[in-house]
Amino acid sequence: MPEQLLWGMEIVMNGLMTGVLYALVALGFVLIFKASGIFNFSQGVMALFAALTLVGIMEGRVPFSHLIKAVSGVSVHHFGWNVPAFAAILLTMAVMVLLAWLVNRFIFRHLVGQEPIILFMATIGLAYFLEGFGDIMWGSDIKKLDVGLPEGINDTIDEVTFNLLGYGFFIDNLDLWATFVAVLLVIALVMFAQYSKHGRAMRAVADDHQAALSVGINLNFIWVMVWSLAGFVALVAGIMWGSKSGVQFSLSLIALKALPVLMLGGFTSIPGAIVGGLIIGVGEKLFEFIIGPMVGGATENWFAYVLALIFLVFRPQGLFGEKIIERV
Amino acid sequence: MKMKLATLALGAVMAAGPAMAELVFPSLSYRTGPYAAGGIPFADGYADYFTLLNERDGGIGGEMIEVPECETAYNTEKGVECYEATKDLGSLVYQPLSTGITYQLIPKITADGIPMLTSGLGRTSAKNGAVFPWVFNFPANYWDGASVAIKHIIEEEGGDISGKKIALVYHNSAYGKEPIRTLEKLSEKHGYELTLQAVDHPGQEQKSQWLQIRRERPDYVIMYGWGVMNQVAIQEAVNIRFPMENFIGIWWSGSENDVKPAGDGAHGYKALTFHNLGDDYPLYDDLKKHVFDKDLAAGSGDQHGTAIYNRGLYAAMLVAEAAKTAQEIHDTSKITPAMMRDGMEALEMTEEKMESLGLPRFGPEFKVSCENHGGNGYAAIGQWDAKAGEWKLVTDYMQSDQEIVQPLIEADSMAYAEENGITPGCN
Repeated sequence: MPEQLLWGMEIVMNGLMTGVLYALVALGFVLIFKASGIFNFSQGVMALFAALTLVGIMEGRVPFSHLIKAVSGVSVHHFGWNVPAFAAILLTMAVMVLLAWLVNRFIFRHLVGQEPIILFMATIGLAYFLEGFGDIMWGSDIKKLDVGLPEGINDTIDEVTFNLLGYGFFIDNLDLWATFVAVLLVIALVMFAQYSKHGRAMRAVADDHQAALSVGINLNFIWVMVWSLAGFVALVAGIMWGSKSGVQFSLSLIALKALPVLMLGGFTSIPGAIVGGLIIGVGEKLFEFIIGPMVGGATENWFAYVLALIFLVFRPQGLFGEKIIERV
Repeated sequence: MKMKLATLALGAVMAAGPAMAELVFPSLSYRTGPYAAGGIPFADGYADYFTLLNERDGGIGGEMIEVPECETAYNTEKGVECYEATKDLGSLVYQPLSTGITYQLIPKITADGIPMLTSGLGRTSAKNGAVFPWVFNFPANYWDGASVAIKHIIEEEGGDISGKKIALVYHNSAYGKEPIRTLEKLSEKHGYELTLQAVDHPGQEQKSQWLQIRRERPDYVIMYGWGVMNQVAIQEAVNIRFPMENFIGIWWSGSENDVKPAGDGAHGYKALTFHNLGDDYPLYDDLKKHVFDKDLAAGSGDQHGTAIYNRGLYAAMLVAEAAKTAQEIHDTSKITPAMMRDGMEALEMTEEKMESLGLPRFGPEFKVSCENHGGNGYAAIGQWDAKAGEWKLVTDYMQSDQEIVQPLIEADSMAYAEENGITPGCN
């Protein structure tokens, strides 16, 4: 088999894995938008906040230690214990549920009936608040996140492809795990939405708030639940991305990668987020491989947004989004 | 009564504003934002050195030092705002830890007559003081870094690197592209094959670049990164099992923050530096006695001895020595920014001086002049010891290839002079 073709195959496989990681971030946006019509600008920062909280709990860090020192002069950074990863994930999830409740109680409950742009602006404010709050709570240093997921080249795939094709493919173990977790997450979310009582209530709220209210669905509860689910998705995305680069401020910027994914897949479709992520992941990697060397490289962000722009022109609702029909 | 009121008002103004007799060294810091992990230790080191001088020596030449800090979040517009907000406080010299802010400030500080020091960053050709009288970039610049990295590779390869493959992984920005021309010129001289790998900002996703490196198997990789790009690149290099001792970062890719997330896999990774590493210096004893133990340390006090904290100390030490030189030249302790510029242009850093400051062998020796605002282009190589969790200097300071670097600086600075109608000259 020609070398270029083998490399292309390797790139497609890695692009698929990267696409799954993009989709993980995009899923959080979809959940909230679907249920409440809010485009949650703070989804990336929620991933950062969740990952910061997870590391903080795992390492037994004292929250607000810098603030405590500045105010009282007392220097306490660690409790002196470590929490196992699984327990820390559960505790972090509890924090994200609390955050969801607080966000609804103090922000969105006061904005019911407001224009979408107002709600969007509120999420921008929330993003900036969480950025600063996360820094004050856990510090700005880069934190290593190790929840026990394997990292580095998968030797089995390397050996098998080498024996079969004469070229060993590189697949990162962490990406394989991310794919596995993302598949489980999507199945769980779809099952929840389709078959559980609260999932059906969530879909009813998404279809028509007024109608849902009229049949006795508690809107506040559903919104807290949806924000908690988005918090859970943010935690999963934060774990996967944070394991690759350490937990740091830049984790919040992964939201930028989710935007073209959403434009492609549609803002209201969970399968759309996955398919959009895969298309962006594979497309940007192949484009960088084939066209990148001719134009100096670093084409990936450009490609993702140009592809999204093309979709906006020809199919503004995305691949799986609901077509907006307004009758006059 | 009127006299009393006037006296009170004057007193209030003097108390509220900065005392003009003080020496003001503003700190355009970034403790927030995507690069806070690099900005915090630098700002802490910069502030702690001046606190030490105030506590131990009563300032410089009897004048107390003030370090007003202004948060830029590494944002160029905010950096310019900070400059405008602090320049009238009697600011003697600016050290923005950002190439973007540096480029914006060059025309402003030139017009306002306030010197700027951009050690290891900013506009490389500012080394030519005949064109850039107010900008200094001693002791080393980006092009020196590229050249010293190649020099180290030549030493590792026993003197001959013809036919070797060297890849540059760089941040796709003006900063990241800085070494390309130098490396191309050096490849013509030494016969190595150079490949370029641009990484999009912020650098969170680099799979394409590292798959290509895995396919092409370069003998060495040089990196010009900053922020998350560094951590991801080092992790990806570990993932593809690239030999870490053949992976060399510029000094902005050589902090503890960059290597720790990759754990033991980062062991052996190298990075350039223009100052020494660790905390085994007499100066640290003084810092402990006069600053840390008195609870006067800047920030949370958890950055002492890190690579970028040391860079902050070094940056403060250089301008403090320049201020002393200015006081000697002008025979006054109350120096102005113009006098400070003269002090910087007459600065000479010798081993004897560094030893007397409690920082033996901390940086290269150099002498500044009007023609040479950038020092002699010396840098060393540090290597990360993951087991000990510390950087260690593994080479002496090496001089960059002046035959290559100097003509590039001359050409670039003269082009700038022509574009901006500057008549180069040294008085």
